[in-house]
Amino acid sequence: MQHVSPIREPLVTGGKTYHDITQDIARHVESKPNMRWAAALAVSLFFLGIFLWSVYRTLWYGIGEWGLNKTVGWAWDITNFVWWVGIGHAGTLISAILLLFRQKWRSSINRAAEAMTIFAVICAAMFPVLHMGRPWLAYWVLPLPNAFGSLWANFNSPLLWDVFAISTYFSVSLVFWYIGLVPDFATIRDRAKGPIAKTVYGLLSLGWVGSAKHWSRYETVSLILAGVSTPLVLSVHTIVSMDFATSVIPGWHTTIFPPYFVAGAIFSGFAMVLTLMIITRKTFVLEDYITLEHIESMNKVIILTGSIVGVAYITEFFIAWYSGVEYEQYAFINRATGPYWWAYWSMMTCNVITPQLFWFRSIRRSLTATFIISIFVNIGMWFERFVIIVTSLHRDYLPSSWAMFSPTIIDIGIYVGTLGLFFTLFLLFAKYFPVINMFEVKTILKSSSGVTHAPGTSMHANAPHPVMQVTDSNHTNHPKHD
Amino acid sequence: MTNKKYVLGVFDDEEVLLHAIPNVRAAGTKIHECYTPFPIHGIDDAMGIERSRLPIAAFFLGCCGLAFALWLQIYTLGYDWPMIIGGKPNIALPAFIPVSFELTVFFTAHGMVLTFLIISGLYPKTNTQVMDPRSTDDKFIMAIEVKEGKTDMVQLSDLLRTNGAVEVNEKEVVS
Repeated sequence: MQHVSPIREPLVTGGKTYHDITQDIARHVESKPNMRWAAALAVSLFFLGIFLWSVYRTLWYGIGEWGLNKTVGWAWDITNFVWWVGIGHAGTLISAILLLFRQKWRSSINRAAEAMTIFAVICAAMFPVLHMGRPWLAYWVLPLPNAFGSLWANFNSPLLWDVFAISTYFSVSLVFWYIGLVPDFATIRDRAKGPIAKTVYGLLSLGWVGSAKHWSRYETVSLILAGVSTPLVLSVHTIVSMDFATSVIPGWHTTIFPPYFVAGAIFSGFAMVLTLMIITRKTFVLEDYITLEHIESMNKVIILTGSIVGVAYITEFFIAWYSGVEYEQYAFINRATGPYWWAYWSMMTCNVITPQLFWFRSIRRSLTATFIISIFVNIGMWFERFVIIVTSLHRDYLPSSWAMFSPTIIDIGIYVGTLGLFFTLFLLFAKYFPVINMFEVKTILKSSSGVTHAPGTSMHANAPHPVMQVTDSNHTNHPKHD
Repeated sequence: MTNKKYVLGVFDDEEVLLHAIPNVRAAGTKIHECYTPFPIHGIDDAMGIERSRLPIAAFFLGCCGLAFALWLQIYTLGYDWPMIIGGKPNIALPAFIPVSFELTVFFTAHGMVLTFLIISGLYPKTNTQVMDPRSTDDKFIMAIEVKEGKTDMVQLSDLLRTNGAVEVNEKEVVS
C-alpha cells in the first residue's frame, strides 16, 4: 500500500463510499433537468442563435462584413482562434500531463476539463474555417490528389502545420475523453431504468463489463494516450505561435513565442476550468468532490504560468530594445503607448498583476476571489492575442498604409456566438454525461478521502463497522456510516 | 446456443478480492474472470494476466505514421510537383518535422485505441451480458465457470465465503 502523508488534505470529503460516488454523480444524469439548467441552456441557445446569424451574414455577404482592412488582415478572427485553442490546453494538461505526474487531484476535474478542451477546439476551428470565406472549399487545405495537375499542399507553411496539429489534437482529445467515459457509461447503463436510457448508454458503453483483463489493457491504453498527448499539446500551441513567429512582422518575429504561447495557453485554460468548475460544483452539489484543495491546486498552476507569461512580456520588451532594430523597438513602444495602449495595459493588469494575488493563501482558497480573478485572466488572455495580432499589423513599414481596426457587429456576433456554442455544448455534456470520472475517483477514495480504513474492512455502509477517523479537523461533514 | 453457468463470488472490497484470488487459485479452481468497478493494482499478477503487448503495437503504429508522413511530404513536394517556395530546397526536411510529428501521434493514438477495442471485443451493442449490475457500481465479482458434474457447488461456495465473499450467486449466460 502507499504512504499517505498526514498533512495532505483529503481530495474527497464527506466520508463517501463507492456507492455514494455512483449515486452523487449518476443522479444528475438520471434526474429530470432542473429549471436553472434549462434557463442557462435557453440563454446559451440565444447566443448560439447570434452565432448562426453572424455566420450566415459572413457566408452570404463575404468577409467584407468583418472589420478587416488592407493593413489589418488578421484581427478578431485569429485572436478568437488562438484564445479558444489556448483554453483547450488546460484540459489536456490535466488529463495527460498530470496523469503522468500521478497527481491525484486531477481525478475529479479531468472529465469536465477534457470536455472543455473539445468544445473549445470546436469553437476555435470556426474562425479559420470562416476566414477562408468559402468554407465549402476547406478540403483544399488537405493534401488530396486533385484536378489541378495534382497541385499539393505546401508543407513548408506553418498554416498547414496548424491544420494537421489542430485536427490531430481535436481527434486525439476526443478519443481520449471518450475512452475515459466508457466505464462510466457502463455504470449508468447498469443503473438505467427506462428503455431509452438503457439503449443509448448501452450503445455508448461499447459493451464494457469491467473485466480484469479489459482493465489491464485499458490502463495501458490510457497511459500511452497520456504519453502521446503530452508532447501533442505542447506542439499544438508551439505551431500556433509559429503562425506568427515564422513571419517577418516586427512584434511577431520572436524565438520566445513557442514557450510563451504554451504557458499562456495553460494559464488561460486553467482560468476557464476554474470559472466552469466553480459554477458546476455549486449547480450540481459536488462540493465533496471538487474541494477547496482542488481550487487551490489550480490556482497554484495559474500563478506559475501567469508569472511565466509576465516574464515573457518583459523579456520581449527588453529584447526589442536590446536588438537595436528600430522597427522592432517601435512595434513595442507603440503597443504600450500607441493608440491601442488600453489593450496593452488591460493585458498587463489582468495577466501579470491580478494573478499575483494568489500568493496569499486566503485568496487562493476563496471561491469568490478565485472566480473573479479567473474572469480577469480570461479577459487578459484575450487582450494578449489582440495586442500581439492587431498592434503588430496596424502600423507596418509604410506609414501611408497605417490603419486602425475596429470590429463590426458581425465580428462581435461571431465571438459572442462561439461563447453560446461553447456553453450549449458544455451544458448538454454536464446534464447527460457523468461530469466527474466516477471510476477514477473510486480508485483514489481509500487513500485520499481523509477517512482511515482499517486494512481489509469494507467501504460499505452495511458492512461491519470499520474503524474510522476523520483526519481533517476543518471539515464539517461527518461520515455517513455512523 | 449453449448456456454457460457461472458461480459468482461477490466481494465488498477490492483488497479482500485481491487476497482471495491466490487462495482460490491455490485450491485448484480456475477463475473465469473478475469484474470490478475500477482497475485494481496487482490484480494482473494475482490472476496471471500477461502484460499487454499494446505498447509494442503503439510503437509500430507510430512508425507507420512517421513513414507515411515523410513519404507524403517528400513525394508530393520533392517529386510529384516540385515548387520553389522562398528559395528553399524542395525537400526541406526541417520544415517537415511538425507534420511528421502530428501524423505519428495521430496514427499511434487512433491505431492503438482501435486495436484495444477490437481485441477486447468492444463495439456499440445493446445486448451486453452483465454478470452482476453492481459490478460497475461498488461490488467486486469473481466469476468461476461451472462444469456440469465436475464442480462441487457446496465446496466452491464454502471456498468463496471463507475467503471473504459476502454473497455467492449463480448466473447462466447465453453464449
